[in-house]
Amino acid sequence: MSVRRLATHQPEGFAFTPANLEWANAQIKKSPDGRQASAVLPILWRAQEQVGGWLPEPALRYVADMLGLAYIRIYEIATFYTMFNLAPVGRHYVQVCGTTPCWLRGADEIKDTCRRLIGAPGQVTEDGLFSWTEVECLGACVNAPVVQIDKDYYEDLVPKSLERILKELKAGRPVVPGPQDGRQASAPLGGPITLTDPELYREEAGAPADPPKPGALKQAPRTSRRPKPR
Amino acid sequence: MPKLIIDGKEHEFPSGITLIQACALAGIEIPRFCFHERLSIAGNCRMCLVEVAGMPKPVASCAMSVNDLRPSLDGTPPTIFTGSETVKKAREGVLEFLLINHPLDCPICDQGGECDLQDQTMAYGFDAGRFQDNKRAVDDKYLGPLIDTYMTRCIHCTRCVRFMTEVAGVEELGAIGRGEDMEITTYLERGLLSNLSGNVVDLCPVGALTSKPYAFLARPWELTKTPSIDAMDALGSAIRVDARGREVMRILPRVNDAINEEWISDKTRHVWDGLRTQRLDRPYVRRNGRLVSASWDEAFAAIAERLKGLDGSRFGAIAGDLAAAEEMFALKFLTETLGSPNIDCRQDGAKLDPAQGRATYLFNSTIAGIDQADAFLLVGTDPRLEAPVLNARILKRSRHAHGNIPIGVIGAEADLTYGYDYLGAGPETLAEIVNGSHSFLPKLEAAERPMLILGQGALTRTDGAAILALAAKAAIAIGAMKPALSWNGFNVLHSAAARAAGLDLGLVPAKGGLDVEAMLDAASSGTLAVVYLLGADEIDTDRLGSAFVIYQGSHGDSGAHRADVILPGAAYTEKTGTYVNTEGRPQMTARATFPPGEAREDWKIVRALSEVLGTTLPFDTMQELRAKMFADHPHLALLDAIVPADAATIEHLASRPSKPGKGRFEPAIADFYLTNPIARASAIMANLSALHASHNDRATGTDG
Repeated sequence: MSVRRLATHQPEGFAFTPANLEWANAQIKKSPDGRQASAVLPILWRAQEQVGGWLPEPALRYVADMLGLAYIRIYEIATFYTMFNLAPVGRHYVQVCGTTPCWLRGADEIKDTCRRLIGAPGQVTEDGLFSWTEVECLGACVNAPVVQIDKDYYEDLVPKSLERILKELKAGRPVVPGPQDGRQASAPLGGPITLTDPELYREEAGAPADPPKPGALKQAPRTSRRPKPR
Repeated sequence: MPKLIIDGKEHEFPSGITLIQACALAGIEIPRFCFHERLSIAGNCRMCLVEVAGMPKPVASCAMSVNDLRPSLDGTPPTIFTGSETVKKAREGVLEFLLINHPLDCPICDQGGECDLQDQTMAYGFDAGRFQDNKRAVDDKYLGPLIDTYMTRCIHCTRCVRFMTEVAGVEELGAIGRGEDMEITTYLERGLLSNLSGNVVDLCPVGALTSKPYAFLARPWELTKTPSIDAMDALGSAIRVDARGREVMRILPRVNDAINEEWISDKTRHVWDGLRTQRLDRPYVRRNGRLVSASWDEAFAAIAERLKGLDGSRFGAIAGDLAAAEEMFALKFLTETLGSPNIDCRQDGAKLDPAQGRATYLFNSTIAGIDQADAFLLVGTDPRLEAPVLNARILKRSRHAHGNIPIGVIGAEADLTYGYDYLGAGPETLAEIVNGSHSFLPKLEAAERPMLILGQGALTRTDGAAILALAAKAAIAIGAMKPALSWNGFNVLHSAAARAAGLDLGLVPAKGGLDVEAMLDAASSGTLAVVYLLGADEIDTDRLGSAFVIYQGSHGDSGAHRADVILPGAAYTEKTGTYVNTEGRPQMTARATFPPGEAREDWKIVRALSEVLGTTLPFDTMQELRAKMFADHPHLALLDAIVPADAATIEHLASRPSKPGKGRFEPAIADFYLTNPIARASAIMANLSALHASHNDRATGTDG
């Protein structure tokens, strides 16, 4: 982590879209009178989503005025929480987990791949499509190494699979989130190795059930949920 | 009353205090950085760790209440160790961590010699750190013209942030980032605009925030420290004047819970550079239209010549805002001896009259009384400019009550840092309070100890006397006069340090005499031939006409420019003088430096002049003068004490008919930083004034 500063180039102003404004006012109403400032995190998050992944300075003032907070208080909040980006990010924002389990499983190579394909951390590609950063534990250690792209996790990565994902995203084709090495969720690679005894699945008085076969529980692949512009 | 055993001795403590305060009461010092008795508890420096028997880890004593500890299993009171091996190691560890990122640049740091970190490392630290890597470096921040920043030295105690938010009442400072990257700054580094901001320099336990005007001027051990009293406003804040040789190097606050707690305004703190510039260091006499330097004898001779054969009624004297009681007493004596009834200490024309009783011009509830008040009605005053420290006290009262104290304002709609109900702009609203038709009245009546604070903005108008009487009626109407509770809620807030003493001494026109306004008129028309200005610069000197003007004072300001004879006097740091603050509390300044050049203490000048005039005043020493003054005004001898004024005079005042005019109450102070000759001579004050003027031009209305 390093010192976080507001971006040098800032837009002129900021205002919520009518839909977001209505949503924000509803958030404020959830808190009792005099405690409207409690809504600051969801509203800042919505502002970040509206702008496209980062918080410009006018948005900070806009939200502060909305909640009756001093500007410095909003500034404190926006700089404290690292999920608030203070500089523009790419349309696809890649967050690479670098915490111990992912690091042990090859996060360094994943970061090298990002550096090679996207550039230095925090830097947006010329086409504006990508930027990446290293984050702390994403909480999917069992599928390490993991990256989060926009709102989806891509797990069990190797440089090659990450390269493929980035290529597909660049081409605008749908990508399947989740494990990238063919395993089912966090089940063992190559199929279940425990609870395989068919007896376990026999019903009290019914016919024997088939033991699960590798890949039998696989669901239809989901396509990535791209953030819809609000 | 919880009992604790601290280091083997059992003590009993009042409820609600913290362990660190309990230890202080037991006479044991606990080191601390973030804890400050007048700020909220942060508990983030960890320097105050103590060992509590039965607790697995050391406890931050600043954040643990004495009520929250359980007795031991055998029923003995909770046991605390402040000198055990655990505590010693904890302190060493905390200091080692704090010093990991703190630069060891004490030899070039302005805090050196008065640094909490330095002192506590010496007292409680280990001999060497084990950290071998690079230290963190932090960008310095711009916090305005008063505060120099070396943010690498910051140990993140957040005292400055808490002070600005809780005491100064402006949310300007904050801590951005997190962890070791946390930084203290303002929003986009716009600089601090509060007029109490200088106090964060005192609060900073390290050299991260230091005084910019004082940067690298002196080391604390070179300075002569003189406890004294401030004269920049009418509070009489306790200050310490630090001087080296002949120069005042800085001014710091002293603790006085009755007045300023431990805060002072930026004007009080930084006016010291004005004590060096524009000084009158020798007498001057106007010859052929030009002021030429002269000897004392020549100056006195010129005055004697002009006064020779002059009828007393053609002589007038005006005392300024910084004059001490001694010289005003001498001046009044001299004026009376010359047979003149024309004397006045109310430069601004406030319609206060000592004949109506002392209670009618004093802050009767006392400043400490604000802590007990439960409702406020501010009339024609902007305490944030007229007395910033007093305003901070009202804010403190309001914060303690979570904003549930009714505060009504009649006058200008200024940002006072606390919320208030704006009732109206002028006497009409006050009249509504009196006749019971105002909707805010029930809130004030419901209060047990309401305070009415009347500012000079309401009294300097031509209908000031009527407004004073109306305010007295209002004080009775809101129930501010409660003799049973010995509560007198009628308060006049002065803005000049000399005013209360001047009124106490009766520096108002005698029968048939002229007040300031009338004197200026008379001087314009030529009926008043000689005007004696005792540091009076706040008058329109153009209206002095062709009068012969004697100016006695310390600074070459408007009065001196107009003068025919200049008698160089001493500033408030250069004499021992009695000042009576707005509460009626006499306090004495101490001489920190000598007046420059041939300038003399002011009472001596008046006394010497009287001799030349052949009307020698009957005192040769300060002791004799004071003995005479105390004989006439015994309450002035009771230094630091308040003699309660007779509250019945308020009722008498209220019984007077009053028909005030219309129109809003104008602010008494136009520019906070330029209210007196010393401040106007100060480059720092000029800077601040310009900064505020430029900020007001682009003010957004949200940041005060």
